[in-house]
Amino acid sequence: MIRIVLPAHLRTLARVDGEVTLHIEGPVTQRSVLDALEDRYPMLRGTIRDQVTLRRRPFVRFFACKQDLSHEPPDAPLPDAVATGVEPFLIVGAMAGG
Amino acid sequence: MSGVRVLVGTRKGAFILTSDGKRERWDVSGPHFAGWELYHLKGSAADPNRLYASQSSGWFGQQIQRSNDGGKTWEPVGNKFAYDGVPGTHQWYDGTPHPWEFKRVWHLEPSLTDPDTVYAGVEDAALFRSTDGGGTWQELPGLRGVKGHHWQPGAGGMGLHTIVLDPSHPERIFIAISAAGVFRSDDAGQTWRPMNRGLKSPYELPDPDAEVGHCVHRIAMHPSRPNVLFMQKHWDVMRSDDAAESWHEVSGNLPTDFGFPIDVHAHQPDTIYVVPIKSDSEHYPPDGKLRVYRSRTGGNEWEALTNGLPQRDCYVNVLRDAMAVDSLDPCGLYFGTTGGQVYASADAGDRWAPIVRDLPAVLSVEVQTLL
Repeated sequence: MIRIVLPAHLRTLARVDGEVTLHIEGPVTQRSVLDALEDRYPMLRGTIRDQVTLRRRPFVRFFACKQDLSHEPPDAPLPDAVATGVEPFLIVGAMAGG
Repeated sequence: MSGVRVLVGTRKGAFILTSDGKRERWDVSGPHFAGWELYHLKGSAADPNRLYASQSSGWFGQQIQRSNDGGKTWEPVGNKFAYDGVPGTHQWYDGTPHPWEFKRVWHLEPSLTDPDTVYAGVEDAALFRSTDGGGTWQELPGLRGVKGHHWQPGAGGMGLHTIVLDPSHPERIFIAISAAGVFRSDDAGQTWRPMNRGLKSPYELPDPDAEVGHCVHRIAMHPSRPNVLFMQKHWDVMRSDDAAESWHEVSGNLPTDFGFPIDVHAHQPDTIYVVPIKSDSEHYPPDGKLRVYRSRTGGNEWEALTNGLPQRDCYVNVLRDAMAVDSLDPCGLYFGTTGGQVYASADAGDRWAPIVRDLPAVLSVEVQTLL
């Protein structure tokens, strides 16, 4: 079971409270997590990564286990603690603006 | 009992203002989509309960929201705006080629006859159409084929901001782009022609006969007289009497002919409204006086409408999509400001009063007349 924490605006959009939990077959990577998240909540397509290029949107960050994983390759394995559900995968709206 | 529903898009959400036909007492609903930018909301003429809204965010991109109950509830629909084929390039500010990149939807224009058909004008400038209620979007790529590689963004971005559907020629569409100009299709969006003859932009375009590159801010049409179009350009208020084949200036005695919105009275096709703004670098009313100007002669002769509007120390702007008319009698007129006020007049502009004073900066105002 993978635990995901969405930023407030995306929780509102997806109409969820608190964490989202997903079951993922196979390797647990940014790509597999986001694929599963968008399958469950289609309204999140385009909000975290571009729908055409699938690149992370500029002001979205991925944190887990006290690390910034935003610049990791999308197919790199996420930490074991995320894959086992001990730690959540945090999708964060970056600080931007003044 | 007749009434009106005013749809207000702001920098931080949408608001819906409703009143009966007297337009004196108002209910305010919102913010809807709190914290998001609502560039535009518009209702279907074919089904007034069907509304579309463009919701966007610098963080989380573009959403399209649809309501089937007049804005009480909403559902997110399709938000994939993929340019047709290889998008190619347009000109960047420095004159170099720049890849077309989708940024946001500026304007949503529902079909006049089918609630499930809606057009979207987007930045970087392109026109999309949905025929399934916003579920999926297809570009009408012929538009960008009209010298799109020469188009260049204005200071506010290269947005397709105006979509005017001709009620008497169902296949005729007018659109306007900053800073490319006006284009017309006579075959439902498949092919397009630039329609900018007569526009003069000496400060932006050295070629007086330039076919594209004009910074058109807004165009408006009265549905009973679709060959007559009015335009607020970057500078100049213009008029066409031949479906945009040619334009001539009707700025007349305006204190300044810079501005953003322009609209036409619902029952008097020669009565038009603009909000003069001091200049392109000073986006506020001249002399700190917020004045709507009305011409009853289709341009050239203008009168200032001031009753109920602030006449000192007012330095707000009124954006291009932030003015609308209802079709009650007398005609109602509405506009929103970057200071968060929405003003209404129930007598065609003679007297004004604020409906709300302290919203976030207003990006768009549309009104539905409910019979």
